[in-house]
Amino acid sequence: MLRVIAVSIAALWVAGAWPAAAADAINPDADFKAFRDYFTKKFPKVPLNDFVNGPYSMDAGLRKQWEAIEDFPPYDFAVDRGKQMFATPFKNGKTYGDCFANKGIGIRQNYPYFDEKSGEVITLELALNRCREANGEPPFSYVKDEMASLTAYMAFTSRGKLFDIKIPNDPRALAAYQNGEKYFYSRRGQLNFSCASCHVQSAGQHIRTEVLAPALGILAAMPIYRSEWGSMGTISRRFVTCNSQVRGVPLEPQDENYRDVEYYLSYMANGLPISGPGARP
Amino acid sequence: MRMIFAMAGLVLLTAAGAAQAASTQADFDAALAAANTAEKEAATLKNRWTTTEQALAAAKKAAAAGDFDTAVKDAQHAEALAKASIAQAKEQDTAWKAAVIH
Amino acid sequence: MANSIRVRAVASGDHTEVQALVQHPMDSGFVKDAQGNLIPPHHIEVVDFQHAGKTVFTALWGPAVAKDPYIKFSFKGGQKGDDLAVSWVDNKGESDSLTAKIM
Repeated sequence: MLRVIAVSIAALWVAGAWPAAAADAINPDADFKAFRDYFTKKFPKVPLNDFVNGPYSMDAGLRKQWEAIEDFPPYDFAVDRGKQMFATPFKNGKTYGDCFANKGIGIRQNYPYFDEKSGEVITLELALNRCREANGEPPFSYVKDEMASLTAYMAFTSRGKLFDIKIPNDPRALAAYQNGEKYFYSRRGQLNFSCASCHVQSAGQHIRTEVLAPALGILAAMPIYRSEWGSMGTISRRFVTCNSQVRGVPLEPQDENYRDVEYYLSYMANGLPISGPGARP
Repeated sequence: MRMIFAMAGLVLLTAAGAAQAASTQADFDAALAAANTAEKEAATLKNRWTTTEQALAAAKKAAAAGDFDTAVKDAQHAEALAKASIAQAKEQDTAWKAAVIH
Repeated sequence: MANSIRVRAVASGDHTEVQALVQHPMDSGFVKDAQGNLIPPHHIEVVDFQHAGKTVFTALWGPAVAKDPYIKFSFKGGQKGDDLAVSWVDNKGESDSLTAKIM
């Protein structure tokens, strides 16, 4: 029996079919299943849809405080401002709604998507600034204020809708997906942490006084009012601050790597409900 | 991972071993150029460290104040940090796959 | 400018539960900006809640209260449909007010 196996292995090696070839194949569906199984097995008592509540799905005491806060959520002002901005036309008379499907209402769960025309990942934040520029308006900062208000409103109109991220059968899309996966698992910064170090290996544990959110569904609550910031912050803001927290110089907001990792994480969250905008410690 | 520990050790050695005759502006210029070259490569790899930038800033500040001993030490420290960040990026280019949930 | 106050007052038996969220920077005066200059104090000093012409709750805030403060309390009395008047004044003399109906 062993000799047969040894011969087969040798044959495969010679044929070049293993191990290098297997490692090169990009298989989002296999990744998806492995990712989901990891978290549901690690946290068997957490209902699948609750993962989108981040640290609150991991810590009962924190959850109680959060439920009290949600009675009068701190992101309320941002949602109102976003709604107002949506209703206010640009100088040329067009509105944000004209740039999006369904007038921009209830579509957040479809972002990011891979644009086959331009060959890049389009996030909601990027789409909003491109909408502004296409209508003769200056772009907003990606990290807070107006951008946070707009994405807060759009997330609010999508609450409860399920993530529906598509990877078209296009090698560029697969490459972007894999680049995002690579970014997520690569160690960076002088502290030598990857996103996975905290949000996969240490999900549910404490880092100083914070409870680490699981990577599964981690973007579902964005944008968030973070008590630590005393204000709203976007996905861009969180990526930038996470980088500097591990002593890595942040990339420019909406850098290709940031968009790709958002693509990867959002795909991993397919089928989970949008919970944003959110309140976090 | 092992590479990072080795580089960190190298950083400590470099920082400790600079006790010689007083450094000059020229010494600083050379040390800063070397550090900048390394940091530029780290930038193309999209993997600069904040501490490298802080060491560069400290070096320039010390040089502006005429303290070239400190300036050279800080510039050499910055170069070592930059090189460690380059090593990290190169290592992680393939090492990341081992961390993926299977 | 009544956007700065959000109130929800619910009558429950012989008392009314009130929650309010107030949008205000609440700068303590001790924090420095990115250039190293002190951000001058700018915080609410008094918040007043009135029902049927009487003050039912007064909050005396100051530099220790954080940005966008939230307050929750209950008072005896109040019925569904009654008015609840909320107002605040800050250290710069700015103010805002809002009248909400008890639910």
